[in-house]
Amino acid sequence: MTAQPEKAAVMPVATPALRPRLAVRHLVLGGAIVIALVLPFVAKSFVIFQLTQVMIYGLAILGLNILTGFNGQFSLGHSAFYGFGAYTAAILMHRYGVPYYLTLPAAGATCFVIGFLFGLPALRLQNLYLALATFALAIAVPQILKFQPLEAWTGGVQGLVVDQPDPPPFLPIDTDQWLYYLTLTVVLILCGAAWNLVHSRTGRAIMAIRDNPIAASAMGINASLYKSLTFGVSALYTGVAGALGALAVAFVAPDSFNLLLSVSLLVGLVIGGVGSIPGCLFGGLFVLYVPNIAESISTGLAGAIYGIILLIVIFVMPQGAAGFVRLCLGRLPRLRQVQTGSGGGKP
Amino acid sequence: MELLLHQVMAGLATGAIYACMALAVVMIYQAIDHLNFAQGEMAMFSTFIAWQLMVWGLPYWLAFILTVAVSFIGGVLIERVLFRPIHNAPILSNLVAFIALFSILNSGAGYIWDFTIKTFPTPFGTKPLFAGALIDGHEAGMIGVTLGMLGLLYLFFRGTRLGLAMRAAAANPESARLVGIRVGWMTALGWGMAASIGAVAGMLIAPVVFLEPNMMLGGLLYGFAGAVLGGLTSPAGAVAGGFAVGVIENVAGTFIPYFGRELKLTIALVLIVAVLMFRPSGLFGRREVSRV
Amino acid sequence: MRQLTRRSILAAVPAALALKAYPARAKEYGPGVTDTEIKIGNTVPYSGPASSYGTIGKAQTAYYKMLNEKGGINGRKVNFISYDDAYTPPKTVEQARKLVEQDEVLLIESPLGTPTNSAIWQYMNQKKVPQLFVATGATKWNDPEHHPWTMGWQPNYQSEGHVYAAYILQNKPDGKIGMLYQNDDFGKDYLKGLKDGLGDKAAKMIINEGPYETTDPTVDSQIVGMKAAGCDVFVNTGIPKFAAQAIRKAAEIDWKPLHILSSVGNSVGAALKPAGLENAKGIISDFYLKDPTDPAWKDDQGFKDWLAFMTKYYPDGDKTDVGNVVGYSLAQTMTQTLTQCGDNLTRANVMKEAANLKDFVLPMVLPGIKLNTTPKDFAPIKQVQMAKFSGERWELFGSLLNGAPS
Repeated sequence: MTAQPEKAAVMPVATPALRPRLAVRHLVLGGAIVIALVLPFVAKSFVIFQLTQVMIYGLAILGLNILTGFNGQFSLGHSAFYGFGAYTAAILMHRYGVPYYLTLPAAGATCFVIGFLFGLPALRLQNLYLALATFALAIAVPQILKFQPLEAWTGGVQGLVVDQPDPPPFLPIDTDQWLYYLTLTVVLILCGAAWNLVHSRTGRAIMAIRDNPIAASAMGINASLYKSLTFGVSALYTGVAGALGALAVAFVAPDSFNLLLSVSLLVGLVIGGVGSIPGCLFGGLFVLYVPNIAESISTGLAGAIYGIILLIVIFVMPQGAAGFVRLCLGRLPRLRQVQTGSGGGKP
Repeated sequence: MELLLHQVMAGLATGAIYACMALAVVMIYQAIDHLNFAQGEMAMFSTFIAWQLMVWGLPYWLAFILTVAVSFIGGVLIERVLFRPIHNAPILSNLVAFIALFSILNSGAGYIWDFTIKTFPTPFGTKPLFAGALIDGHEAGMIGVTLGMLGLLYLFFRGTRLGLAMRAAAANPESARLVGIRVGWMTALGWGMAASIGAVAGMLIAPVVFLEPNMMLGGLLYGFAGAVLGGLTSPAGAVAGGFAVGVIENVAGTFIPYFGRELKLTIALVLIVAVLMFRPSGLFGRREVSRV
Repeated sequence: MRQLTRRSILAAVPAALALKAYPARAKEYGPGVTDTEIKIGNTVPYSGPASSYGTIGKAQTAYYKMLNEKGGINGRKVNFISYDDAYTPPKTVEQARKLVEQDEVLLIESPLGTPTNSAIWQYMNQKKVPQLFVATGATKWNDPEHHPWTMGWQPNYQSEGHVYAAYILQNKPDGKIGMLYQNDDFGKDYLKGLKDGLGDKAAKMIINEGPYETTDPTVDSQIVGMKAAGCDVFVNTGIPKFAAQAIRKAAEIDWKPLHILSSVGNSVGAALKPAGLENAKGIISDFYLKDPTDPAWKDDQGFKDWLAFMTKYYPDGDKTDVGNVVGYSLAQTMTQTLTQCGDNLTRANVMKEAANLKDFVLPMVLPGIKLNTTPKDFAPIKQVQMAKFSGERWELFGSLLNGAPS
């Protein structure tokens, strides 16, 4: 895992002026990983569970971000991919006794295929029309999961109970800690992969399509293929998050994967910062903790307070947390000249 | 055959709800170039205001007019206070602001007026339109008012200077500003009108679905679908789309064996998406051509 | 209240005697209990689309406020911690774990909803924390053998379905049934109960199933379909909003079947009034609680106490909302259980006493219905009584009915 940041540092062909900033970034990233590794030994197990959930939502948001932030396609249907991932894991474990670690790649693969196939017809649709198509997907999935003839697999409206994985016997940790580390590992791998994807030729093609589809096509980028592929990869990320979610919660039910989840992911995406990979984790934090904060202020008006917090955040940081951090960094005079050279992942 | 007729009529009646919402959705889309996800909740809140006024003893029509006026002011205020400051932020940030507004209005209404359903009066009566008719007075009235609003809007946008200015402001803010149109106020005006149309829609829908904080949720979802199906650039298309969604949903739910009942919503949505494959700008929408 | 207090004292006496007899066992405490406090956790949806159920949590909170002012349970105040789970299973797991692991509550009282309770079912039983009197009518909560830390409360939906089946078989054995139900766990439980109750005849009798989604604006299409299919029995298991729409639509299109309304949607104030009382005349339903909007209870002492409670401790609460009766009754059941525990407030003993309710009478439950549990029977309320709507009030008839033994 720790290999990723090093690679990340090498990737952009850095001008000398960029170096100090990369070192800072290095330090921050390294520090964050160390803290993440130590946390499970100091926090209560339910806090560990919450943090696991934060990472899972962060990963799902990253999936959405790949599609929306980097490719400019809009989706209200990511709850569906999250649900497919969760159900793939749950069904494989519950009905076929597949070990949990195999369900993650299985969920990813399933969602990649579904996402890719969904991306094909979605090619013809843009903006709001695409939003409607994905929205249809979000509405349809709970209904399909409840659908009577499929009950033999899905458990219908009653849902499926998933056994939580036991930690490997040679490690002196409990289930929550194990799930935490498992999730952390998966998240780091997938974040690294996303970083590499974005900074590769493919990534540039994907972003070119976002910025100017016509020019991109003119330059010989196969827009259809890349858009469908992006859809597939995006679904893969969210699907793996769903599978991890099923393991963490140990239960899946159709109504967990409704439009509301899609909306939450979207909120997390915007709050974290569209087009920012670390921003996704911040989005995950927001999705998990802000409803709790809202509720602790007033139970009766929990929804309204959530809305007000959301508005305040949007007012203060209209570009999301990532944009806000960039803005703050930009204001620091010492770093100003450094800042101008960085492309980052953000338009 | 009789069943088909019944289902089509029932579909038209629910379709009128969607058409109302779709019209409001398209209205605000015309004015601000965004879909307002809080539209349904704004309509619901307006309807509660009307209900409260009537509880305080005002007659229906007075409450109706007051509510439309209050909603107009409310819409303008929301634009000025909440959306003006972030109008330069990315579309997605605006979208999140809509979600926030949704949450605030929904939760606020539940807090003020409770969640138990309330009846809302109708000026059209609920007797069948004529002996043996398949739709009742209110449903007919709802369809009539929706079409009436559509006509008025058409005249407003095509026939008045203000309407033209609003269209210009939404279509091309920069050029509109250059010819002296106060684009900011046009947007605010658009919000006000959309809120008023929403209020009328809410007051027409409430007698059918009962008044409660979540009453517009379904209506908005289908209204949204209807608007997109009909074409977001065409108010008439949106109304037609709304009716179409109502009919498709009912007929598909009744006549597609095996899957139909449980998956009727899914089937309706799949059909809509399929239609959009062939008409990517909706049935009546203009194809957007962008300049490179 | 008077009723309960008297009973509480009566119940407390033997507990006190028992303590005298076994002084060595005095004062055993589980987590969340001190000499002055008992911590109880709870989850309900205060936000999101199911937030209308939030009032159940608020009514419980208000009840404990009243109880604490009156001295609490055996001298201990109840610290009732109620969290929002927005009706989403992952959030319920998070909140339940927060309650158990951070707030260290003694038990979790009445989490609301079937999927939400299912999500924490395993966790609570592994941790051996009581998940008591869950606010859902699924059948699976009565499973002491495999899930000894989870207990239901209300009559389960399936047994209500059985009751309707029995009524139909008796009164309209050749009926053609149309059934309206919500396309989720509770709707499907009713459907299953009805089918099981009808037995072999189910396939022949139920000719039209009309599921609806909570996002549907109306259920007109389903009702029109049932009339057109020639149904002459209508089983209406919608939540109040949809139940009311169905009643009104049936009257509008002049469809007059034998109309059976489930206990979910039979509130006079919340469903029948909006639908039009004259449209609801002759409808059959079943009850286990006293409907606070039914004028029949106007002079009933239990109802008057409830009203006084609502006025003083939960003035913002909606007095027509049956959720407030549910919350009040749930809290009373818990109070009784904890009172029975005396000073032995361990989790195991709480479960033992919860499984030891003997002919307990709740003031807002129908006269004659008594709560009984045993170590093999984790379903406190089993009985319902049928009633017919006179156009103004529900008139109870027949004896108390047991659903099928579940």
